[in-house]
Amino acid sequence: MTAAFARRHVLATDDWSRDEIELVMDQGAAMLEVLGRPIRRTPALRGRTVVLFFAEASTRTRVSFELAAKALSADVVNITTSGSSVEKGETLLDTVRTLQALGGDILVMRHSASGAPYFVADRVSGAVINAGDGWHAHPTQGLLDAFTLRAALGDLAGKRVVIAGDVMHSRVARSDIHTLIPLGASVTLSGPPTLMPLAWRCGQAPAGVSYEPDLDRALEGADAVIALRLQRERQEAGLLPSLREYAHVWGLTEERASRMRPGAPVLHPGPMNEGVEIEAAVAHGARSLIERQVTNGVAMRMALLYLLAPAAEVAA
Amino acid sequence: MTTLLSSDDVRRAISRIAHEIVERDHDTSRIALVGIRSRGDMLAKRLREAIQKNEGILVPLGALDITLYRDDLTRVGNAPIVRTTEIGFPVDDRVVVLVDDVLFTGRTVRAAMDALVDFGRPRAIRLAVLVDRGHRELPIRADFVGKNIPTQPTDDVRVHLSEGDGRDEVELVRAAVPA
Repeated sequence: MTAAFARRHVLATDDWSRDEIELVMDQGAAMLEVLGRPIRRTPALRGRTVVLFFAEASTRTRVSFELAAKALSADVVNITTSGSSVEKGETLLDTVRTLQALGGDILVMRHSASGAPYFVADRVSGAVINAGDGWHAHPTQGLLDAFTLRAALGDLAGKRVVIAGDVMHSRVARSDIHTLIPLGASVTLSGPPTLMPLAWRCGQAPAGVSYEPDLDRALEGADAVIALRLQRERQEAGLLPSLREYAHVWGLTEERASRMRPGAPVLHPGPMNEGVEIEAAVAHGARSLIERQVTNGVAMRMALLYLLAPAAEVAA
Repeated sequence: MTTLLSSDDVRRAISRIAHEIVERDHDTSRIALVGIRSRGDMLAKRLREAIQKNEGILVPLGALDITLYRDDLTRVGNAPIVRTTEIGFPVDDRVVVLVDDVLFTGRTVRAAMDALVDFGRPRAIRLAVLVDRGHRELPIRADFVGKNIPTQPTDDVRVHLSEGDGRDEVELVRAAVPA
């Protein structure tokens, strides 16, 4: 039995079917078992090279991919922009061509420019995984959030998930939406109007997505909440008056979280600003699945590396 | 198409292998059964029930998926589905009996042994199969065999088990003779 996974790259999940998302989640469940073994390593990608090219700061996503690749016995090459020839003015295309010439089968890339992974995927023979591009997409985060929610809530059909905070600048929010909606969930966005895409807060949101400016009302009876990181630069840009006011109006407190259904889980993609978008008591409380997200992230990335490997081989 | 083992033959083979496993390692408290997915795990469950009936002891049971240990992953077009492995007991110092439906090239068993030792260091690994059809490509043999069947490498041996296929039967489908 072979997987019906015919994709060569993972750039965004906006055109994925429910079957594809469920396939990757099911493979993630099998990978999670591998991570629980005394020896957390299988030989599936022996002899393959995974290149991690992060042109934007990242710790957890990069380490997560590195652990995933190593748990499948792939060789891992790490490239960061500081200290590399990117600082000498090398273009993105030259950099990735060089990485490919060095024998990379799968290129995992993060870039501050939305769309950069598409540009690269069109021009290299190996497989490309988008580890976050600008405000556009962070597909592996969307998949791991859906996987974490499915493990906590069961089938997501009919479930309502609140995404709270800075949706406008959030590739995580977009990828969460593009993963949760095909699985039958609905999404309520909540956050300051200045941090909400104009069309989405004016009734032009995608099917299944709605905007509720009052966080208390958004959380009422919800099945789960994903709190987004507030980037402190947003205040300098004049999009919010102060972090203190933001925390007061939009911070996820225990009192607010308890408006959801009993036991409804709290997720956060990290890194957190405790005391701003999320209260420490919630982040580390009984509802929090934030640490589970980290473990699940490794498993989901293993699943994607595994599923992409045959296509990368044919292309190389 | 020829029937190699009827439903009664399958039942007798499992019953006999259950006795042989215990005869071989008298200390039943050390024995564990691990079935290779997807039909080996069904056979392992039946063997466990047979051992319980004969000896009154319920031996630990596990299921192993060997996909991530296959030696042909780079040759297949699409990635084969990985199913979950469930080994909920320590394998250290146990006599682990691997169970599969058909022993052919031996490559699956090689992969299963590699996977198993990632869980610990068994005292011994043994192999029980319902059918041994020959044509080994690796130095591997079974300790417990339901039936030895001479085949051509191109033949197809089909095992049906009631848990998944509605009936117990082993069939041999001869390769079409080239015109």
